[in-house]
Amino acid sequence: MASKRSLRRKKFNKYKDSLKFAFYCVTHPIDGYWDLTHEKRGTMAVANTILFATVFMRIFSLRYTSFIFVDINWEETNILLYIGTILFPLALWVVGNWALTTLADGKGRLGQVYMATCYAMLPYPIVQLFLMIFSNVVTVDEAGFYTTVGTLTLAYCAILIIVAMGQIHEYRAGKNIMFTIFSLFAVLVEVFILLLFFSMISQGVAYFVSLVKEMLFRL
Amino acid sequence: MKKIITKCVALMMCTMFLLLIPCSVDAHADSSYSYNYDYWGEFTDSPDMYSVAAVVTSKDLGLDVDMLTPQSISVYGNLIYVCDTSNGRIVILERVGKAELKLVEVREGFNGPYDLAISEDGNIFIAEKTGERIVKLDSNWNYLMEFTMPDDPSIDEKTAFNPSKIAVDTAERVYCVAENINKGLIKYESDGSFSGFIGATPVTYNFWDWLWKKFASQEQREKMVNFVPTQYDNLYMDREGFIYVCTSKPTEEDIKAETADVVRKLNLLGSDILVRNGSYPIYGDLYMGTGGKKTGPSQFKDMTTLDNDIYFCLDNNRGRLFGYDDQGHLVCVFGGVGNMDGYFNSAISIDHMGKDLFVLDERDGAITIFTTTEYGDLIYSAVDQFDLGEYDASEKSWRQVMELNGNYDLAYIGIGRSLLRQKKYKEAMEYFELKHDADNYSKAFKQYRKQWVEEHIVLIVIIVLALFLIPMGIGRLKFIKHEIDTADIFQL
Repeated sequence: MASKRSLRRKKFNKYKDSLKFAFYCVTHPIDGYWDLTHEKRGTMAVANTILFATVFMRIFSLRYTSFIFVDINWEETNILLYIGTILFPLALWVVGNWALTTLADGKGRLGQVYMATCYAMLPYPIVQLFLMIFSNVVTVDEAGFYTTVGTLTLAYCAILIIVAMGQIHEYRAGKNIMFTIFSLFAVLVEVFILLLFFSMISQGVAYFVSLVKEMLFRL
Repeated sequence: MKKIITKCVALMMCTMFLLLIPCSVDAHADSSYSYNYDYWGEFTDSPDMYSVAAVVTSKDLGLDVDMLTPQSISVYGNLIYVCDTSNGRIVILERVGKAELKLVEVREGFNGPYDLAISEDGNIFIAEKTGERIVKLDSNWNYLMEFTMPDDPSIDEKTAFNPSKIAVDTAERVYCVAENINKGLIKYESDGSFSGFIGATPVTYNFWDWLWKKFASQEQREKMVNFVPTQYDNLYMDREGFIYVCTSKPTEEDIKAETADVVRKLNLLGSDILVRNGSYPIYGDLYMGTGGKKTGPSQFKDMTTLDNDIYFCLDNNRGRLFGYDDQGHLVCVFGGVGNMDGYFNSAISIDHMGKDLFVLDERDGAITIFTTTEYGDLIYSAVDQFDLGEYDASEKSWRQVMELNGNYDLAYIGIGRSLLRQKKYKEAMEYFELKHDADNYSKAFKQYRKQWVEEHIVLIVIIVLALFLIPMGIGRLKFIKHEIDTADIFQL
């Protein structure tokens, strides 16, 4: 009994440490993302937490940001699509990046790529939370700050992701940037394949549907 | 366990699927005569702001010859002047009742009269399109002088001078729209001399058109569309001397890209000072799809401005009237194409007497008199009260408007603006937020924020001090404790 409890506490401490470590990574990306996998200081649980926070903030800010900045027509809004705008590109990126880097001496595994990318998204929910509160105490004239900070956050997240990939795969800067660009192309290829896949499926379904219809006519 | 999970997944899939099905509501099932657009550009039914008091035809007036393609209607005082173009005459009518017009006289012998204007001194100006001149007559219809082809080297000598629409200012300067002249309005001094063009639309063309033209041959270039200002269709001088101009020439693409304005308000220098604070640009119907043999954008052939700066544009294409207020918000839309009262076959000209509107249909040769309904009166009194500074009364009127039409964005914004002037910032903010008016909301919020900070300044100072002092104090205490713990005198 006691051992079970201590195990749980240990797990929780590990989670707490790696969550703290996520903040360290934001300010010390090169050192931080190296230790993330090599020192095993990152955990999947925290990665999932950050991803959840990101998705949550994305939706939460739609509702609670001042209407001056985010004007949503709720009658025509699909929350699932908004969730998709984060999860879908993330999935494409993780798979695309992993698929390419395994061919080119990348040391990171699929899970690690996912973990590092999630860790690198941390600034987004934090800054969005503050911007969301901030947006409710400003006027149109002061809107510049909101948009600038929002854009800078995204840019910083992008930089963090690139740096994280470099550390995970043990790449030097030049190779890292090259493979970042390649990964983006891989994402395009994935989108193409998915489109092809879905159009094939729909064609296939349409074929059988028309086949059955034809048979029903003849019967 | 597994069963529960599958059930959960199935349930989630179901809910997700339900979320994805768009709820469809048939908004156009039974649409009203009047309508408006809400903030999202959605079509919303509206009570009628105007109702038809009467449709007056040539027969009702007792004219021996029916009016044939009359082009313009002008109201001065209680008199209504109709340019009966193809018959070459001016028909003068008097309004004797709310819905009754009486024939005063018919002036014959004009060569294609297209428009009529009367100066403050009572002199009458008539644009004779086929007569290629603008004649100036005194109040007894005696010939005084004429304005002819402007003496300007930039005009091709072969071009015929076809003045179609005119306006006269207080100093009897004449502003004229002429066919085939697209440099803006022709401006004459009162002595008849040409003093220049004003208010030409800025020429817009995109880079690729320009580049394409650079490489085109002479013959190709001649076939291409020239980059020239769009020609105006009509003009209207408001009581302050600003000239409203409208045009039906721009294409759907230009209007949607907002590279062309169909309505402009010109000051004395000819620059556009129209306020466009509405949720959508001023170009009439937002949707230009085909329906009832009509397609493309609204074609504004004429406009008139009431004394409270609400202006009505007359759409010849779909026979509709679009009212906009001085901020550029759509006040109301009504009308249509057809043969019923309140519908037109080819609405060509509009003018107002007080708040009542007179619309001339060139194909029917008929005048439709619109008078305000209770709803319209409420809107006008709300606007007038606001302009007079009676914000309390204006708020009440807008609230009555809102009771009649809860979908009316302007009512909410009107209440908000009245509240803002009454310094009820918090309430004003709520109304602006409901209708997404970010600019007015910001105005109210700025004041509210100032008030709030002034009221809570003590609290703010305490919090800020606390934020600094408590960590400092804790640090200090820790330091003292550390000092005591490590002090020599206790080290025994």
